[in-house]
Amino acid sequence: MAPKVPPQPTLEQSSTAAEAGHGHAHHAPPKGILRWLLTTNHKEIGTLYLIFSLTMFFIGGIFALVVRLELFQPGLQFVRPEFFNQMTTMHGLIMVFAAVMPAFTGLANWMIPLQIGAPDMALPRLNNFSFWLLPVAFGLLLSTLLMPGGGPNFGWTFYAPLSTTFAPPSTTFFILSLHIAGISSILGAINIIATILNMRAPGMRLMDMPLFVWTWLITAFLLIAVMPVLAGVITMMLMDINFGTSFFNAAGGGDPVLFQHLFWFFGHPEVYIMILPAFGIVSAIIPTFSRKRLFGYASMVYAVAAIAVLSFLVWGHHMFAVGMPLVGQLFFMYATMLIAVPTGVKVFNWVATMFRGSISFEPPMLFALAFVVQFTIGGFSGLMLAIAPADFQYHDTYFVVAHFHYVLVPGAIFAILAGAYYWLPKWTGHYPNERLSQWHFWLSVIGVNLTFFPMHFSGLAGMPRRIPDYALQFADFNLASSLGAFIFGFSQLLFVAVIVLCVRGGKKAPAQAWGEYATDLEWSVPSPAPLHTFETPPTFERPAH
Amino acid sequence: MSGSYYVPATSKWPALGSLALGVMMVGLGMTLVHGRGTVVMAIGLVGVLAVMALWFRDVVSESRSGLYDAQMDRSFRWGMGWFIFSEVMFFAAFFGALFYVRTFALPWLGGEGTKGATALLWPEFTAHWPLLSPPDSSVPGPAQVFSPWQLPLVNTLILVSSSITLTVAHEALKEGHRKVCRNWLAGTVLLGLCFITIQAVEYYEAYAHYGITLQAGIYGATFFILTGFHGLHVIIGTIILIVMLARVLRRHFTPEEHFGFEASCWYWHFVDVVWVGLFIFVYVF
Repeated sequence: MAPKVPPQPTLEQSSTAAEAGHGHAHHAPPKGILRWLLTTNHKEIGTLYLIFSLTMFFIGGIFALVVRLELFQPGLQFVRPEFFNQMTTMHGLIMVFAAVMPAFTGLANWMIPLQIGAPDMALPRLNNFSFWLLPVAFGLLLSTLLMPGGGPNFGWTFYAPLSTTFAPPSTTFFILSLHIAGISSILGAINIIATILNMRAPGMRLMDMPLFVWTWLITAFLLIAVMPVLAGVITMMLMDINFGTSFFNAAGGGDPVLFQHLFWFFGHPEVYIMILPAFGIVSAIIPTFSRKRLFGYASMVYAVAAIAVLSFLVWGHHMFAVGMPLVGQLFFMYATMLIAVPTGVKVFNWVATMFRGSISFEPPMLFALAFVVQFTIGGFSGLMLAIAPADFQYHDTYFVVAHFHYVLVPGAIFAILAGAYYWLPKWTGHYPNERLSQWHFWLSVIGVNLTFFPMHFSGLAGMPRRIPDYALQFADFNLASSLGAFIFGFSQLLFVAVIVLCVRGGKKAPAQAWGEYATDLEWSVPSPAPLHTFETPPTFERPAH
Repeated sequence: MSGSYYVPATSKWPALGSLALGVMMVGLGMTLVHGRGTVVMAIGLVGVLAVMALWFRDVVSESRSGLYDAQMDRSFRWGMGWFIFSEVMFFAAFFGALFYVRTFALPWLGGEGTKGATALLWPEFTAHWPLLSPPDSSVPGPAQVFSPWQLPLVNTLILVSSSITLTVAHEALKEGHRKVCRNWLAGTVLLGLCFITIQAVEYYEAYAHYGITLQAGIYGATFFILTGFHGLHVIIGTIILIVMLARVLRRHFTPEEHFGFEASCWYWHFVDVVWVGLFIFVYVF
């Protein structure tokens, strides 16, 4: 297959393979938009995922800013409560399903074949299908905002009967769009598993794989296990709304709580789907910039696996306040607390990796360090929430909002940003602009903490989430949160500037852009990585221990 | 292993497939919400089916022209295996709903346990299964439910036999007896069609004589979502087997290389196992 971009230095292996020629090779690549519509190349599809995710990140961010604008001071200023509900709901849905998940899938697409020495994903056409389902799904989801009665307004967890009996007519479209997004996720995950299990370079054992690959292997398993459950539960909603079934209607013998059990059986593994690949990225970055090998590789793998197993056994901790037999509360409480053990192993290993390392603070490392500290804060508030009797107090307050935003924004999103800064030299051949990156980092850290840290206090003091107005005593906390949100939101424009500048030029990066301690296979190909790499599999050599 | 892994250059089917699926979903939504949109839905469905047919045709012709190696074969195996696992989890959601309702929700509605306060809503309600009289009188329950030892038992025997006949066909293929394979595969397709017909008769009976409808409380809801999605899978499986029959007739398979056929077998056995679960938990107990 001929490269579609101007000739670039290619790996020895890839050029020989290209010349050896396949029956299918040497088609002229399509031009313009068709190139992106029809592509089967993992790097191009990865880029598509990342651009899509960034776009949706801004759309979901605008929704969040509408929420924060309304909450800037008490009283109703800017939007009607009905619209406020749509904004909180759409912010959550877009960020979870259209920003964070596709960002990790995009990184997986770009990096997994490079990290395991594969020529592409195992099933390249399916890969393209997984991506192009996303614009369809989220175009449909966003269009519900314009429909009569407005878009989804029941929170991103769409509890029945709020999302069935009392939902706007557009809910059916919301369900169908989520079905399409679910198909995309399942097919993408199948592809990633097949790639990791089947396409590794000769000689690379499972326990030789970079941790980003390991975390994605386990994440993909979680996706295949729980996305179908989400499909099942939204199908039951669809039936209740349109065909008069009684799944979530006690009058017919069903149970609204059944919805919550099914939703959170999906939902809890889902939150690990959004954090495990982040662990992988951080586990790549910290050793590179500490100039040491990762401490405790094997324990990292086992910890991720343990977290994944436990994720199936803890969904009830989202439902303590709903009503559940005591034995259920105890089980879910202790199972949840167990998760702190493997998570603690990971945090310990990251810190131990840095211990007596020769640390430097390039942008990827800054974001990775912030990740470790702030994700741990989110983990600790999670432990507080896991205590069933305490949760009765915290439930549905801003304390919960603070908790999951700490694990998702300075957690998942900082890891995505760290990964982007880390691999931008490999993608573009240029280093990101140092000064702009530093501004981006510091404004983000300050903005994030100004936004979410006060929410711990307003939550503990009893401020309920998802309500457009609040009592006067919460005014100062909310003012700080809103200021922080706008700082964080607008500073992300700097990230766009960094990317644009990096694509167009900047300091040239060599193959091993971050020095000799970054030894994964992606650093053995030139920067920027040629369109086709590892067409002949490299022989993997185990680093000497 | 040297550079033989086939990476298709470009393909228009995925993008067209996404478009068609989107059109179909919009049409379905329009039909459900506004009561008009069946034409849009039909166009989308035809598009989806056409894209699937053409995409598979490309894969078949690539396979037959020898572009796939052993590694590609393993990619397909992993892909199909994990796809079936996702289907297992899809059905697990519905089985989970059934178990939850029967074990927890209904007894609680009937006043059992520490959460029995819900009995205040419908004090006369007593929990039982099958639930013939739902808590609220506004929801009509089924008049009666099916005896498992009539049509459902027949269907069980048919589907279990079809797994056996399919295995015989597969073994014949591996031994190179193409005509034997053809005959047993055709028999499997016939059994699949019999199952679908009997299921259709049962659905007719459910609505006409038993009062088992989608609106008949939680019994009707779980009954139809489980048997309905299973029936849909049998229909898809039968179509797949018909395609395999056509490919056997065209001599597409060799005793060594026939993963399309094998994947169809996997799928069919999976559908069979789901039915056994259905028979036990929906009909018998």
